[in-house]
Amino acid sequence: MKDISEIRSDFPILGRQVYGKPLIYFDNGATTQKPKCVIDTYSRIFTEFNGNVHRGVHAMSDLTSEAYENAREKVRSFINATKKEEIIFTSGTTDSINCVAFSFGERFVKPGDEIIISELEHHSNIVPWQMMCQRKGAVLKIIPIDDNGEICFDEFLKLLTPRTRLVAISQASNSLGTVVPVKKITDAAHSENIPVLVDGAQGIQHGIVDVQELQCDFYAFSGHKIYGPTGIGVLYGKEEWMNELPPYRGGGDMVEKVTFEKTTYQNLPYKFEAGTVNYAGAIAMAEALDYVLGLGREDIAEREKTLLDYATRQLISVKGLKIYGNAENKIPVVSFLLDGIHQYDTGIILDKMGIAVRTGTHCAQPVMDHFGIDGTVRVSMSFYNTFSEIDTLVEGLGKVIAMFKK
Amino acid sequence: MTVNEVQDKIISEFSVFDDWMDKYDLLIDTGKNLPLIDPRYKTKDFLIEGCQSKVWLHPEFDGKKIKFSADSDAIITRGIVALLIQVLSDRTPEEIINSDLYFIDKIGLRQNLSPTRANGLLAMVRQMKLYAMAFAARRNEHKSSDIDKTETGK
Repeated sequence: MKDISEIRSDFPILGRQVYGKPLIYFDNGATTQKPKCVIDTYSRIFTEFNGNVHRGVHAMSDLTSEAYENAREKVRSFINATKKEEIIFTSGTTDSINCVAFSFGERFVKPGDEIIISELEHHSNIVPWQMMCQRKGAVLKIIPIDDNGEICFDEFLKLLTPRTRLVAISQASNSLGTVVPVKKITDAAHSENIPVLVDGAQGIQHGIVDVQELQCDFYAFSGHKIYGPTGIGVLYGKEEWMNELPPYRGGGDMVEKVTFEKTTYQNLPYKFEAGTVNYAGAIAMAEALDYVLGLGREDIAEREKTLLDYATRQLISVKGLKIYGNAENKIPVVSFLLDGIHQYDTGIILDKMGIAVRTGTHCAQPVMDHFGIDGTVRVSMSFYNTFSEIDTLVEGLGKVIAMFKK
Repeated sequence: MTVNEVQDKIISEFSVFDDWMDKYDLLIDTGKNLPLIDPRYKTKDFLIEGCQSKVWLHPEFDGKKIKFSADSDAIITRGIVALLIQVLSDRTPEEIINSDLYFIDKIGLRQNLSPTRANGLLAMVRQMKLYAMAFAARRNEHKSSDIDKTETGK
């Protein structure tokens, strides 16, 4: 893997200061910073070859369409999908999940049917299912977690019934860092012929994702969490399912023939890409995927594991600090509270030291309810973070304690 | 002191410090002087929505002036509420409604303290003004019903 200083110099923002102090960015779970190659690609699209995709007869449209379809191919290869047609560009994970919740619900869900999610889901993998269940008269079932933040697998098995229509599960928890055994879950669900959607928002950036190996039926992720731009994401869906699902949105480019009496739809993937797509986002996201491949996904996972281990060790040594989420296998996320100090107070003071963390419920209120707390401080790392940044964080927490424990 | 005199006093107190840490120390100290809300009002009714930390705010109106008491589970937020109370408590509804709270910008609270959802600073100000409007309306109703009575008495 490249040298850390070389890696850091790929990310222009990491050189900036906040309040006169070097920026220490520990909010990668919310969004990641962008390498220069992604920023350059994004700007090059609009300076060199911008035209709307799949529409024009002119050179600009051709060039853009080609780059856009190349991006689709890059995504396919990145997650090892069988076919390019199984890759749908969306605006992000939330959009991807809403698409499946709507289309799958319309086609397959009847009153009394059941959808299974887990207690550690992000709101974006809860609310779309709640909305669908409400619309269809279906029931939402929840896999509980234990106090380490692990999924209770045996409880999951008990929830599988003849009425179960789909399982939607996170690959990793954004609030606790738990890596969920999605392969095991998929295998169990498939043995009952139940499809599985994996919310990869917190998984895609931390290691190799192979949808053929996972065998999941749907996989969703966001570009901005894997060093790409905002407003672009992916829905992978197995062809046999996607062909069965009705379109989620209507508009231009997704249709074959339109008359006022009847409209026929395009084939995959265009059936699910109504309107002008975020082609600039897709092309720049593909550049980000290339960047990640260039660093090496195994190397990224290894470096992040080292960072996580070091951060966990150092943070535990802080007096009165309690970590929430002690799963055996974690993404580089540490959620914690300082005894008697509100997460908001901690976050505000760290910010003034140039350290960006997230505080609050992390859009996962049921997880907070499980632990009987109303939020945590979350440190979410990336390969570009350093050990000395972790040291500065620990020193900063010392100052926080001194300020609030007077 | 008028609303603006109190604001100017706060601005000058905060301007002594260049370093943000010192400003926060001052804010934490200010929070210690917060007129604490009676625990029986620490209920959902008096909770201000839209804050990452919890804030309870209770108004009391004696017919002329409104006094506020409050609390928060976060210490910095307690400091912020304490500043607002210094400026807006023990005032007539009109003083509160017509106040222009420039001190928030001047001491850098808005930029530096308030991703607005996080501390709900604006939600607190709005709530204080809403209480003031409600009390003013109630008082004016009373006044007009008093006049009605006198007129009937004639």
